[in-house]
Amino acid sequence: MSLELSMHTPPEVPLEAELLTPDRTVGMDSNAVSGIAIQHGNRQVTVGDFFTVKGKGEGELHLEGDLSRVKHLGSGMSSGSLYIHGDVGEHLGAGMSGGKIVIDGNAGSWVGPEMSGGRIIIKGDAKHLVGSAYRGSAVGITGGEIYIHGNVKNETGHGMRNGLIVAGGNSGDFTGVNMLAGTIIVLGEMGIRSGAGMKRGTIISMHPTEMLPTFSYNCDFNPIFLRLMLRALQSQNFNIEDKQITGKYQRWSGDSVEMNRGEILIFRE
Amino acid sequence: MLIKLSGGIVYDPANGINGKRQDIYVRDGRIIDKPVAGSKIDKTYNIAGKVVMAGAIDIHTHIGGGKVNIARIMLPEDHRHDSVRKTSITRSGCGHAAPSTLTTGYRYTEMGYTACFEPAMLPINARQAHMEMADTPIVDKGAYVLLGNDDYFLRMLAGRKDQAAISDYVAWTIQASQALGIKVVNPGGISAFKFNQRKLDLDETNVYYNVTPREILKSLAKAVHDLGVPHPLHVHGCNLGVPGNLRTTLDTIKSIEGLPMHLTHIQFHSYGTEGDRNFSSGAAQIAEAVNKNKNISIDVGQILFGQTVTASGDTMRQYDGHWHAHPKKWVMMDIECDAGCGVVPFQYQDKSFVNALQWAIGLELFLLVDDPWRIFLTTDHPNGAPFTTYPHLIRLLMDRSFRNDMLSTVNKAAAKSSILASLDREYSLYEIAIMTRAAPARSLGLRDRGHLGSGAAADITVYTEHKNKERMFAKPDYVFKDGELVAKSGKVVKITKGSTHTLRPEYDKGIEKSLNTYFDRYMSIKLENFKLQDDEIIELGSGDIIIQPCN
Repeated sequence: MSLELSMHTPPEVPLEAELLTPDRTVGMDSNAVSGIAIQHGNRQVTVGDFFTVKGKGEGELHLEGDLSRVKHLGSGMSSGSLYIHGDVGEHLGAGMSGGKIVIDGNAGSWVGPEMSGGRIIIKGDAKHLVGSAYRGSAVGITGGEIYIHGNVKNETGHGMRNGLIVAGGNSGDFTGVNMLAGTIIVLGEMGIRSGAGMKRGTIISMHPTEMLPTFSYNCDFNPIFLRLMLRALQSQNFNIEDKQITGKYQRWSGDSVEMNRGEILIFRE
Repeated sequence: MLIKLSGGIVYDPANGINGKRQDIYVRDGRIIDKPVAGSKIDKTYNIAGKVVMAGAIDIHTHIGGGKVNIARIMLPEDHRHDSVRKTSITRSGCGHAAPSTLTTGYRYTEMGYTACFEPAMLPINARQAHMEMADTPIVDKGAYVLLGNDDYFLRMLAGRKDQAAISDYVAWTIQASQALGIKVVNPGGISAFKFNQRKLDLDETNVYYNVTPREILKSLAKAVHDLGVPHPLHVHGCNLGVPGNLRTTLDTIKSIEGLPMHLTHIQFHSYGTEGDRNFSSGAAQIAEAVNKNKNISIDVGQILFGQTVTASGDTMRQYDGHWHAHPKKWVMMDIECDAGCGVVPFQYQDKSFVNALQWAIGLELFLLVDDPWRIFLTTDHPNGAPFTTYPHLIRLLMDRSFRNDMLSTVNKAAAKSSILASLDREYSLYEIAIMTRAAPARSLGLRDRGHLGSGAAADITVYTEHKNKERMFAKPDYVFKDGELVAKSGKVVKITKGSTHTLRPEYDKGIEKSLNTYFDRYMSIKLENFKLQDDEIIELGSGDIIIQPCN
C-alpha cells in the first residue's frame, strides 16, 4: 500500500516541504509522516497540520489537493515515485538524482533546478526556469529528463549541462540560455533569444523563430537521432506529426560569442 | 552587578601577565581590582584552569562600505551554500566569504572577537559603511578613512599647499566621516588608473596631478603624525600582488623616513622574481626590514585555501586580477572624486604554485618577524580568506608539526622553494594574546581595550586549553562584551550593540570655506549632508560613540 496525503487546510503562506519525498518516507507509518516537521512561512509546523495521511511509506507517495503553495516537493529525492494530483508550487524536485515525479496539474517556476537524474512529468504547464541553474551557479541540470505537456515560460534549461527537457507547448524567451550541453525540444512556438550564450547542446523547435544575430545558418538535414527521439516522445502522448519525423530541419550554429559549437534545429515544412 | 571569574589562567601582555592563575572581577562592565572583603558577588564563573584573554581585536577586516555589499550582491552562490537559520535570539543570515552584517557580528563574537575595524571607508561612502557596521551586532567597530587618491587632496599636493593645510583637511575628513584612522590604498594609483595608467611605482608620476606615491605617503604620514592620530598611517602600498614588489615595499619603508607607518596585508607585497617561474618569496628581506625599523608595524593578510572574494579600493590591481576571477564575474567601480573599488571572486588552490607560495610567504612572515607587538593576525578578510579561518591560522602558527603536515600537501615546487619547513618557531599563547589583543589595541590607541587591567572594558574571552589550537580558538567557553556574557560554548547567548570608536583631532575650521566651494562645484552632495553626525550613527543602531583621545 502506498502513502497518500490529502490537503485538509490550505496554507496561507507557502509551505516548504523538502522532507516530503518517497524515499525519505519509506518505512514510516501515517503517524510518523504526520509528525514530519515542515516550514510554514517562518514557523515550523508538522505535515499533519495541513494533510490527512493514510497508508504506509513504501516508495510511492501520492499528494492530493491544491499544492500550488507547497514548495520544494521531491527535493533531493533519489528513488521512488511521487504523484501529485493537482497543481504544485516552486522548486519541484530541486536537485533530485533519481526516481519519478508525475504532476496532473500545473507546476510553478523552478521545476527540477540542478537535478542530476530521474524523471519529472508534468501534464499541465510550468512557469519560468524549468531545469535551470540557481542564480550564481554556472551549471544547471546535469542529467535526468523533464517532460512538460503544456507551455513553459522564460529561461528554460538555463545553464543545462546534460539531460533532456521537452515542452509540448510553447516556450518563453531565452530558451537554453547559457546552456553547456544537453537537449531541449519545444514542440510549440519558441520565444526570442533562444540559445543566447550557449556553448554546446541542441535546441529543437517545430516552428520558425527569430534567431539571434550571433547564430549562423549551416544546412538543411534530417538527423537520425531526432527520428528516434520524436518516436519515443510520440509513445508518451506528445503530439508529433509524421512529417516532423521524416521532414528536414534547418541547422543553425551558435552562439558565436561562445565558440559556435551549439546548435538550434528548426523544422522546415 | 559584580561578577567574578574564578581561577582562570590569565594571559594579559599589556600588563605583563603571562599565564598566571588569577581571579578577575567585573563591576558594571569594567574590570576592577579585587573588591574589599565582604562585597556581595552577584555571579561567579568557575573557570579554574581555563585560559583567559581580553576580547580579540581584528585590526583589518572588510565588514562595511560599498565593496562588501557589491560582493554580497554578486555572489548568491556564496549565500546559498552557507545559510544560517534564525534562533530564538539571533536572526537568520547567510554567506561564507562575504557574510551578512548580522552573521558577521555573531561569528566574530562566537570566536571570541569583541572589536573589528573596517580599513577602507571612502569618505563619500562613510554613511553606508557606518550603517553596515551599526547593523553588525555585539562587536565594537571603527573605520579608517581612505585618502590619497581623492581629487581634493591630490590638488592640494600638486598645488604645493603647505603641510598644515593638508593636516587640516585630513582632520576634517576624519571628523566628517567619523573615522578612527587614515588609510591609503595604492597611493595615487587609483586616481592614475582613471587617467589610463595601468601601473604606478613608488617614484612614478601620476600623469594628471604630477605627484608620486612617495610624496603622497610622506604628506599623509606627516599629517597623521602631526594630528596625533594614534594609529599610524595604514598603508596598502603600490604594486599589490606584482612579482618583484618586494623592492617597492622596502623602498616604501625607507621613504617614510622614520615616521610611524602600518603596512597592511604585507604578504601581498612580499614577492620576488627569482626561480624558474619568476615568482619567489621575499618574506626574509621584508621581515628583516620590519625587524630593523621600529616605526613600522604590519599585518599579514594570510591567504588560506578555498573560495573567497577579493574586495579592494585598488582598482588598478583589481582590474589586473580580474582575469583570474573564479567564478568568472567581477565589478570595477569609479567612486566620484574619492577613488574606486574592485570586487573579484577568487579561489586559492593548494595545488597552484603561486597560491601555495603565497600561503607559505604569509606564514614565513609571521615566523620571521620577531616582535609580536608589531605584527597582527589578519587574513585581510575576505581577500586572503574569510575571518572564520582564524582558528586554523592560529593552529598553523602554534603547531609546527601541523604546519609541516599542511606544507606537505601543497604544491611541491612551491613547498620546495619556501624556507617554511626550516622555521622551528611556534607561537606561544602569550604571543597570540599580544598579536590579537594587546598590540592592536595599543596601535589603535584604544586604552581600555585589549587588556585585563583595572579600568579596562570587560571584553573577556575564556578558552579551554586544548592540544588542537584550532579547536581551542574556534569555540571559546565564555565571551564577555562590556561585562555581559554574549557567547557561551561558541554560541551567541545575548545580543548587544557594540560601540563605534572615533577620533576628534583638532583643525582650523577655516578649511570648510574652500571645501564648501569645492563640494558645490564637484561633489554629488552638499558639504553639510556629507558630514556624519553622532546621533545618526546611534540611530543607525550602534550602541554609542566612543571618542578616543589623540596623542
